[in-house]
Amino acid sequence: MTIEDLRECAEKEQARQAQFTHRILYCSSAGCVSSGCDAVKAGLRKAIDELGLSKKCEMIGTGCLGLCGEGPLVFVQTDRTLYQHVDEKSARRIVEEHIGQGKRVEDYAVDLNDAFFASQKKIVLENMGRINAESIEEYIASEGYEALAKALTEMSPEDVIAEVRKSGLRGRGGAGYPTGLKWDIVRKGVADQKYIVCNADEGDPGAFMDRSVLEGDPHRVLEGMALAGYAVGATQGFVYARAEYPLAIDRLKTAIKQAERFGILGNRIFESGFNFRIDIRIGAGAFVCGEETALLRSVMGRRGRPKVRPPYPSEKGLWDKPTVINNVETFANIAPIIREGSAWFAGIGTPKSTGTKVFALAGKINRTGLVEVPMGIPLRKIIFDIGGGTPEGTEFKAAQTGGPSGGCIPKEHLDLPVDYESLPTVGSIMGSGGMIVMDSTSDMVDVAKYFMEFCMDESCGKCVPCRVGTRHIHGMLDKIVRGEATEVDFEFLKETCVMVKETSLCGLGQSAPNPVLSTIRFFEQEYTSKLISAHEFNGTGLSPLSGAKES
Amino acid sequence: MAQPETQQHPSGDNRFKLLDRAITKHHGSGDALIEVLHVAQGIFGFLETDLLVYIANALKLPLSRVYGVATFYHFFRLRPQGEHTFVLCTGTACYVKGATEIQKSVEQHCGCKFGETTADNKVSLISARCVGSCGLAPVAVLDGAVAGKLTAAHAVERISQWQEVAKEVAV
Repeated sequence: MTIEDLRECAEKEQARQAQFTHRILYCSSAGCVSSGCDAVKAGLRKAIDELGLSKKCEMIGTGCLGLCGEGPLVFVQTDRTLYQHVDEKSARRIVEEHIGQGKRVEDYAVDLNDAFFASQKKIVLENMGRINAESIEEYIASEGYEALAKALTEMSPEDVIAEVRKSGLRGRGGAGYPTGLKWDIVRKGVADQKYIVCNADEGDPGAFMDRSVLEGDPHRVLEGMALAGYAVGATQGFVYARAEYPLAIDRLKTAIKQAERFGILGNRIFESGFNFRIDIRIGAGAFVCGEETALLRSVMGRRGRPKVRPPYPSEKGLWDKPTVINNVETFANIAPIIREGSAWFAGIGTPKSTGTKVFALAGKINRTGLVEVPMGIPLRKIIFDIGGGTPEGTEFKAAQTGGPSGGCIPKEHLDLPVDYESLPTVGSIMGSGGMIVMDSTSDMVDVAKYFMEFCMDESCGKCVPCRVGTRHIHGMLDKIVRGEATEVDFEFLKETCVMVKETSLCGLGQSAPNPVLSTIRFFEQEYTSKLISAHEFNGTGLSPLSGAKES
Repeated sequence: MAQPETQQHPSGDNRFKLLDRAITKHHGSGDALIEVLHVAQGIFGFLETDLLVYIANALKLPLSRVYGVATFYHFFRLRPQGEHTFVLCTGTACYVKGATEIQKSVEQHCGCKFGETTADNKVSLISARCVGSCGLAPVAVLDGAVAGKLTAAHAVERISQWQEVAKEVAV
């Protein structure tokens, strides 16, 4: 395929779409699949066929439309109308009244001028609700693979890296390492083979951004990986995806096959000398494999156990070769940066945290779903304007970001800008993008215990502070919850947290105490109110060490 | 690289042919161990010790390595499962929205804990870290189908339905 072929393909597809007066898109992401979008699809199809509208109206499945809690969702693209809570019956009404008679069905329509949509800025999610997730032609018609064609025909690998560096893009997996810098190190490494790895092992409970991107716009990730391959001189890429995401894996497989058929992956891409292949590696349910050195070992078919860094994967990664490892969302940002230019991207967000961030809003909040906001937006805006606040009758208490590695942000800090620098000042992290909202009914000690149980189970067992420390911390939290702990235990809990944080081998252990430390920092009273005095403790007849009844 | 020999397994079980095909696809490379285990579990349902020995031989890996990998990852099962599976999501969003209540009721109803199978071998209770449908929390996956906004009563009802159907057949 040449760049002319690509343009021709885009024009052909646009002409095909122009034949139809209406395009109905139903959300076919996992959230809506579970709320029953298959019945909606059947209902729409039946109504379109029965009313003889199939020449006039096209129906396709698209990526996540955002409002996951209100699914199944249907979107009429032509005049931008979103319908929520659609079932078979209402699907028929939408076809009959909206397509047939040109009248909106107000009973199910969502106001798109609402803050939920108006406050968002879509870069990564720009194709959600625009294209069919399973069609490469539609991706090409919406400027897809243009960035790759541009890079291969007009830019040198150094130019690509310079663009990414100038854009200020930082790793969206949570740590925020500058992407351009990482690529530069790999580019300068001397080796006969280099690798690109996409981290799609989205293990944080409560996070589903990467899954939605892979399900709704898989080609965007492939394009980003191919651009990375060209920039650093790698010819092989791997996507490491979770086994828990079967739909995302299917879509990704389809996308790779399509791209190979079009000559966009494989040998001599766009008639340049650049060859690039992508394979999928499926994870098997180990949270620690989200850590980069553990992930690389898992790609090589080993137990996912982390290694000491340095050397970093950018020097010695897969099979000891220089390896770029980035998150799904990072790769999804690359194509727009190359296409629109680094200056455009750097103009969004804050000077140090550029671009946008996708968050998965969940928990005690009125509108759960997937949102993309510019960096630096105040937390209050995300939770109250976009998320619609907590359910009636309850009060916002804290937002948890960064999953089991992050911390809770209480209401005093609601005006904090959400970026890489500000969140750590209150003991949390940007993380991969899960945002769980807790209201006045949530017990913070219990929440901390929940996260610690998670880290305890998921610790790989290689280093002692993490393996034994997380177990100790969990035991002490349990003791506090049971009302059997004294001031001494509480002090010991704090000390152990600091020890685990400072001495663990990898990110899992180093960040495991964060939820406990941050809840102690902001909600200490909830801990101390559960403590008992030494005198009371003596009355319980428990052993001070094990907490078990003395016989 | 030399291709592994694909000969009929002594038991005459044709499923091994499918497994051999997957091993050949990866050129019998030990680096593809996790891929091969996925395929094996897909074909056989769970990973018996004999099966692990077979894979270790085919990939020319020590059995300790194969066993080590199979036990490290939660996704691989070394024991057979019940007829039905009830996978409860214990992710943060589900936890905040009351997954613990569901867990307690279901455990009480089934008389076994999560990670176990009921005595009549009908229902396996499994807990998952996060199935990624947080917008619909609390969520469970019942025989592969995601059920969102679940309540404890509803979960128990669905399990009873499975058990009753099974009883009727038995009579």
